[in-house]
Amino acid sequence: MIVELNLNGRPVRDDVAPQTLLLDYLREVHGLTGAKRSCDVQVCGTCTVLVDGLPVSSCCTLVADVDGRDVLTIEGFAELREFERFERAFVDHAALQCGFCTGGMLLTTKFLLDEMRPTTNEEIRRGLSGNLCRCTGYHGIVEAVAELAGVNA
Amino acid sequence: MSILERPPLAQVGRSVPRRDAHEKLRGAAQFVGDIVVPRMVHGKVLRSPFAHARVLAVDASEAEALPGVVCVLTGNDLTDLDPYWGHAIKDRPIVALDRVRFAGEPVAAVAAVDESTAAAALNAIRVEYEELPVAGTIEEALAGGAPMLHEGPIRPGLFHGLGELPPREGNVCYRYRIDRGELQSVFARADLVVEGEYSFPAVYQYAMETHTVVAQVEGQEITVWSTCQHPFLVRAELADLFAVPLTNVRVVVPYLGGGFGSKSYTKMEPLTVALARKAGRPVRIQNRVDESMVTTRRHGLRCRMRTAMTNEGNLLAREVDCWFDTGGYADNGPRVTATGGDAAPGPYRWHAYRVDARCVYTNTAPAGSYRAFGATHLQWIGESQIDELARRAGLDPLAVRRENLCRPGEELRSGAKPLDADLVGDVEQVAAAVGWGEPKAANVGRGVSVGLLAAGAHPVSTAIVRLEADGQVVVLVGTTEVGQGPRTVFAQIAAEELGVDVEQVTVRGTDTRFTPYDRSTGASRSTTIAGLAVQRAARQVRDQLEEIAAGDPLEPAAYPELLHRRFGLAGGELIGSGEVAPTGSGSYAEGPVFWEVCVGAAEVEVEPETGVVRVRRTATVADVGRAINPQLVRRQDEGATLQGLGNALFEEMVFEDGQLLNDTLLDYRVPSFADLPDEMTCVIVENEDGPGPYGAKGCGEGALAAIPAAVVNALADAGVPMQELPLTPERVWRRIQTLKQEGKWPR
Repeated sequence: MIVELNLNGRPVRDDVAPQTLLLDYLREVHGLTGAKRSCDVQVCGTCTVLVDGLPVSSCCTLVADVDGRDVLTIEGFAELREFERFERAFVDHAALQCGFCTGGMLLTTKFLLDEMRPTTNEEIRRGLSGNLCRCTGYHGIVEAVAELAGVNA
Repeated sequence: MSILERPPLAQVGRSVPRRDAHEKLRGAAQFVGDIVVPRMVHGKVLRSPFAHARVLAVDASEAEALPGVVCVLTGNDLTDLDPYWGHAIKDRPIVALDRVRFAGEPVAAVAAVDESTAAAALNAIRVEYEELPVAGTIEEALAGGAPMLHEGPIRPGLFHGLGELPPREGNVCYRYRIDRGELQSVFARADLVVEGEYSFPAVYQYAMETHTVVAQVEGQEITVWSTCQHPFLVRAELADLFAVPLTNVRVVVPYLGGGFGSKSYTKMEPLTVALARKAGRPVRIQNRVDESMVTTRRHGLRCRMRTAMTNEGNLLAREVDCWFDTGGYADNGPRVTATGGDAAPGPYRWHAYRVDARCVYTNTAPAGSYRAFGATHLQWIGESQIDELARRAGLDPLAVRRENLCRPGEELRSGAKPLDADLVGDVEQVAAAVGWGEPKAANVGRGVSVGLLAAGAHPVSTAIVRLEADGQVVVLVGTTEVGQGPRTVFAQIAAEELGVDVEQVTVRGTDTRFTPYDRSTGASRSTTIAGLAVQRAARQVRDQLEEIAAGDPLEPAAYPELLHRRFGLAGGELIGSGEVAPTGSGSYAEGPVFWEVCVGAAEVEVEPETGVVRVRRTATVADVGRAINPQLVRRQDEGATLQGLGNALFEEMVFEDGQLLNDTLLDYRVPSFADLPDEMTCVIVENEDGPGPYGAKGCGEGALAAIPAAVVNALADAGVPMQELPLTPERVWRRIQTLKQEGKWPR
């Protein structure tokens, strides 16, 4: 089947098998390997991409279901001017270690700041709790996001 | 030179940004699963549904005939080699030959054009099994008439590192015993004795990146891109298994998506290489989470312990019997058992102790390394007994530790390195951080814990530092970047020695074809041992620069000129090499390389109606000698703290008759943002007492051993002593009901 979507700001059109998962499509058809596979059951968040601005687990989403929509991956986010301040905050607070969860974490953070506007640490923790990180112990990520949100960590 | 005279360090001791942050934040960092090799096909593994069974026949003909299938690997394809592997004990065939010993054991593997074709082909393989009695627990494996998992003499692996392996006793594949003093007579004169039986669950490391291997076999040349922490040990095991020289095996490790021990030693590499060998094409096998859970896990433990003290608070003696459940194959079980045995007494001035630790085969998934193994298993048990003794004697648990803890320079174990840390100072700091001695509300408790972990593994590392003609520096070192930050720390060390900016130094991933030997990445060893090799290599380059400069002061901006002076063109390079070996460098001659400090404290609140334990405050000590990068040190401890909370509060692999019941992240919960304590303190202690560069020693594991112990002690302080982990609400609630019946709740 043919799908057409707006991928990282550019229109794409591809012929895919109907059962193709968005994660596999991004990685294998477009070489966008920033979204990672881990839990396969929408718990870990490492495959997160934004679909029309909302975080979605690409491991459990059919590419057919994002036909005609805007998909933003970490590679696309990194091209945006606003990314620089996210990058600076995550670097300053060492809010990453192995980096496997980091792309999904940043995209969820973007959604959180764009749509949820957290005003407390508690809201930041709750807003990010759909993304797991096994390395950092979360503290540095909360600090980085609090700084981005203008919340006292 | 005294500390006062020492020139200030420019790069060391600074929280420079991670050198890999840019790539990782932008989704550009490459992991094994991102690597595509020309002509590569995809492998899937057929795994046994039975925990224990004879394999009577495997018929792959139908599967092999399916379109898109390249080949199917079965035991019949391994007749030209000795197919048994295992770095500790060679007890494990590449695929099951005549018997499966755990549910999930590879029985066959398919290579196909894509993953879904390979998965479909698995369904077409016919395997005839004959079920055998299952020894699914330690008790079942040790019972009279238990099914024996392995027969014949023990075959030592290449890297067990435990002297001569004793013969197997039934299902006990390894036994570690230490003792001191006249145990029975010391117990006989004790005023107070606490004893109990304890259990610790099997735990999944959950590195978010699952085990993934790409293998390519071309004639006698084997190349693997692997999610492995110890590329040089994997290289040696593959060379041994496939009977080729070391140089014919190339192991490439890009970034790793977490490890925590789950990627130590050899895992999926032999199977992937065997499949690629048959396929005649490169093959990738990428585990799913349920497969990684049965690839390796933390050992479950049963323990019987008793500890004796005088009424005045003098610790006298401890006796420990413990059994580690290593699953169907030994993996790193013998080492885990020995390290656990060493951790069991705890760092106190005992008059006597006896430890008897056994490593037991069961029909469950094999167990290997997980961060702070051995210490995490035993510390909470021993430390909870110290607290119980203090309670009975009416003494402050902190005071008991102050009185009885070993001091720097004192002997801990016969023949081992004396204590190289200030444990009393460490525990005082964490106690203060959780408000020790302040008034407590009802159902709130505080606890501290102290322990040691024999760290460093075998101290062999080499490194090469190259100064290029443009003044840029490249460090070649075999440490794998698992997230802990060695590429940043080694860049700081090289920059320090050469006087350049950190940004001028590049540290890349490991490729055994080009990177010099490093034993392994684990046991908190990299900064200490590999870091020292990097420092020595960089100093060699500096020596050469000084020779060329012939008395002129060294100015980093002028390095290209110095190289031009030496080589007569805008080229050439200076190469330095550094080595660390267990001989000839003083403290490395005796083990362990250093004692990693496992000191922590916690404040918890228990909700009696539900049994929910909420952790309000934690504190840990990173007693690192010298923090090369303080921010990375702190992040290591924070990560270990959260894993410690998971291990203490809810992580548990549930097996029933050898079958893993919770094999998804839906059923196996790991800590999330919601589990962060209200306050998490990491105290960095820098006494410059480590054997590594600038007095550094390792960190990152101690907090994981310390936190469960501190939480257990805090919960007991709140009135609920527990002898079984994890501290799930149900378990805690049931304990409170028992305490009520005994008239001990509320206190």
